[in-house]
Amino acid sequence: MSYMIPKETCNGKVLGLEFGKTKTLKIGSENTMPFLSFEGSIPNKPVIAYEIQDISPDDWPDTVKNQYASVSADPVKWAQYCQNELKAQAVALRLTGTHPDRGDRSAQDAAKIVKEVLSAIDIPLIILGSNHIEKDALVLVAAAEAASGCNCIIGKAQEGNYKTIVAAALAHNHKLIAMSELDINLAKQLNILITQMGFDKERLITDPMCSALGYGLEYTYSVMERIRLAGLLQNDATMQPPIIGDVGMYVWKVKETFASEADAPQWGAIEERGIAWEALTASSMLIAGANLLIMRHPKSIATVEKVIGELV
Amino acid sequence: MALSGVEIFKLLPKTNCKKCGFPTCLAFAMSLAQAKVDLAKCPDVSEESKKVLGEASAPPIRTFSLGSGGKAVKMGGETVLFRHDKKFINPCVFVLNIKDTLNDDELNKKIDEVLTSEIDRVGQKLRIDAVSIEFASNDAAQYESAVKLISQKAPDTPVILNCKDSSAAEKAVKTIAGKKPLLYGVTASNADAMVNIAKANKIPVGVCAEGLEALSALTEKIKGMGVEDIVMDPGAKTAKEIVELNTQIRRSALKKGFKPLGYPIINSALREDSVLEAAVAGVAVAKYASIVLLGSIEKWKNLALFTLRQNIYTDPQVPMQVEQKIYKVGEPSAEAPLLITTNFSLTYFIVSGEVENSKVPSYLAVMDCEGLSVLTAWAAGKFTAAKIAQFIKDSGVENQVKHRELIIPGQVAILSGALEDKLEGWKITVGPREANALPSFLKSRTA
Repeated sequence: MSYMIPKETCNGKVLGLEFGKTKTLKIGSENTMPFLSFEGSIPNKPVIAYEIQDISPDDWPDTVKNQYASVSADPVKWAQYCQNELKAQAVALRLTGTHPDRGDRSAQDAAKIVKEVLSAIDIPLIILGSNHIEKDALVLVAAAEAASGCNCIIGKAQEGNYKTIVAAALAHNHKLIAMSELDINLAKQLNILITQMGFDKERLITDPMCSALGYGLEYTYSVMERIRLAGLLQNDATMQPPIIGDVGMYVWKVKETFASEADAPQWGAIEERGIAWEALTASSMLIAGANLLIMRHPKSIATVEKVIGELV
Repeated sequence: MALSGVEIFKLLPKTNCKKCGFPTCLAFAMSLAQAKVDLAKCPDVSEESKKVLGEASAPPIRTFSLGSGGKAVKMGGETVLFRHDKKFINPCVFVLNIKDTLNDDELNKKIDEVLTSEIDRVGQKLRIDAVSIEFASNDAAQYESAVKLISQKAPDTPVILNCKDSSAAEKAVKTIAGKKPLLYGVTASNADAMVNIAKANKIPVGVCAEGLEALSALTEKIKGMGVEDIVMDPGAKTAKEIVELNTQIRRSALKKGFKPLGYPIINSALREDSVLEAAVAGVAVAKYASIVLLGSIEKWKNLALFTLRQNIYTDPQVPMQVEQKIYKVGEPSAEAPLLITTNFSLTYFIVSGEVENSKVPSYLAVMDCEGLSVLTAWAAGKFTAAKIAQFIKDSGVENQVKHRELIIPGQVAILSGALEDKLEGWKITVGPREANALPSFLKSRTA
C-alpha cells in the first residue's frame, strides 16, 4: 500500500491581531490546527507575557516570588526588569491591588500605575483587572483611558461586566480579552454579545478560562481544542479570535507548586516542581491552540520558549 | 475497513443453527458489525471467512502489552483523534532510557529510581512503567550483563531492548525472554535478522524509519514475516515532528483505515535540559504517543508527567463531578471549621485548593448537586436549605465536629435564614462570595 499524507483543509482561519505601540507583536493568523504546518501556514509564533502586579505578590509561593524580590515592590521597576533583564516580549500587569480584599485601590490610582508602567517600557502591555466583576468594570475603564493610544490588550471582559469594558476598549482603541468559564457555548455567546456592541472580532481574544495541571486542565484543553475545530474546520467566525491562556495565576496557587519537600517528599524538589508544573500547563495549552500565554517563573517561561522554538 | 452487517452475513454459513445464541445468522452478523459479539461464537464459519472477517474487524490501532505479569502495560487500541470525542484508552507508557555504558553502581541507582517512582494520585497508583536499555557500549557482552543486572533487580518491570545490533540483541533477549521485552531497533537494514529473533522468542518489535512512507513499508514487511505486535518510531526529533508525524499516523489509521500505520507510537523526549524534556514528553502525551522515552526521572518531573497523563486520559463523558462526602483538608480537629459546597469538580478543586492555601485545617462538605456549580445548583433547586440540611444530618459530620457551625458560600447567603430553621441548633455563617477570599476569611477567624 502506498502512503498518502492525510491532509485536512481548513475553511476558516484564526484571526490575526497586533498589539503594542512602540514595539509590536503579532499573534494568530494560522489556518491549521496547532503546529500542523504540513497542511497550512502559521505566520506567527505564540507569545508569552511575563505577569507583574501592582502590589507585592505576597500570595505567590516563595519559589516564584523570590525571582522578583528585588523589584516586585514597585510595578515600574518590575516591568523594566522583565523587559531589560529577562528580555520579555510582553508584560501583563495585573491590578490585583484594586480588589476589595487586596487593598481596594481606586480606579484612579490604578490608572496612574498603568501610565507609569507604560512610560517605563517599550514592549507591549497587557492590562488585567483583579477579576472582581464590579470593581473591574470601574478599574479597566480608567486603565483603558490611561493607556489611550497605546494599543494594549485589556481584560478581562466577562458576562457580568463586559458592556462598560467593551465601550472603553472601543473608545481608546485597545484589544480586548473576553473571558467565559470553561464552556464553548458561553465563549461563543460572549464573543457575539461583544461584537454586537460594534467591537470588531478582529480585536478580540478569547479566554476560555485556564485551569492548572491536575486541577481541571483537561477541560481547558478540550474547550480550546473545540474552539479551534469550530473556527477552522466549521469556519465559525465567532470562534476565530486568538486564544489566551492565563497560566501563572492558576498554576501558582495549587499545592504542588508550594508544598514543602518535608511535607511531600515523594514529590521531589520544590523549585523544579513548580517550574515544571507551570511549563507543562503552558505547553499543553499551546498544543490545544493558545496563541498568547501569561506566565510567572522566568525558568518556566524560558522552557516554554524552547518548546515553541521546537514547535514552529 | 469495517464491513456492514450484510457483508458479514454473506461470509457466514447461513444455516440459522442458533449455536451462536442468535435466532438467525443475519442477527449474528448485525451484532458482529457492531462489535458486540465475537466471531468465535460461530462453530461452523469457514477458515477463509474467518480470515476475511478477522482482518476487517481488527481494531484500527493494534492493541497489545509491553512486558508480562502484574506490571505489564497495554498500548494501542485508540479510537479517536480528540479527547473530547471519547476517552483515550491506554495511557502513554513512561520509560527511563538507561545506557549500558553505566557501571553497576550507576545502573543500580537508575533502577532504584524506577522502582521507587510510584506516586498515588487521586486513587491511582502511577509509576515509571518500564526501562529501556540502550546499546551504547557497542559491546555485546557488556549489553548482556547490563540487561541481566537490570532484569534481576527489577524482575517485574517491563523492558525495552533499545538495540539495533542483531547479534547483541539476540544474546540479550535470551537472558530475559520470559519477560516479553520489546525489541526496539528494527530498521530496513536489519529487519530480517531482528524479526527472526522476535519470532523465535515471541516478542514484539519496535521499528524505526525516517518518514511515514518508509515506516509503513517496513511494518508491512514485518507483518508479512509473521510479526504483528509492532511499535513504530517515526523518528521525530523535535516537538513539531512529534505533533505532525503522530497526527498523520493517527489520522491514517483511524480515518483512512490504513493498516500499515495502525500500531502504537514510540517517541523519544530525550533532552539535555530536564524541564524541557518534561515539556516535550508532555507534548507527546497529548499527541498520541503510546511510549515516551525519558533520559531522567526526577520525582518532580514524574509528578508533573503522571498528572498530565491522567488529565489527558480522563473520560470526557463522565460528568465533571466529585464524590459526595465530607472531605478533610489538612488534619482537622473536632473544632475545625466546616464549609459546604457543591460537587461540580472545578468548584471542588478551587474551593479545596483555597481552603488548603489558608493552612487552616477544615472539613469540606461536598454535596451531590449533579455536578453543578454553586449558583447554578441553587437556581436549579438542587442546593436548597432543605436539601443541605438533610445532607448534613445524613453525612454523620455531627459525630466528627463538636461545634455546630456551617459556613455556606457567599453566593447563597440568601439561604442562611431558612437553613437555621431546618438545621436546628446550628449556626449558619456566610462565607466569601469568591473562593479566592477563603484564605483571608479562614485565617481571620482563627486570629
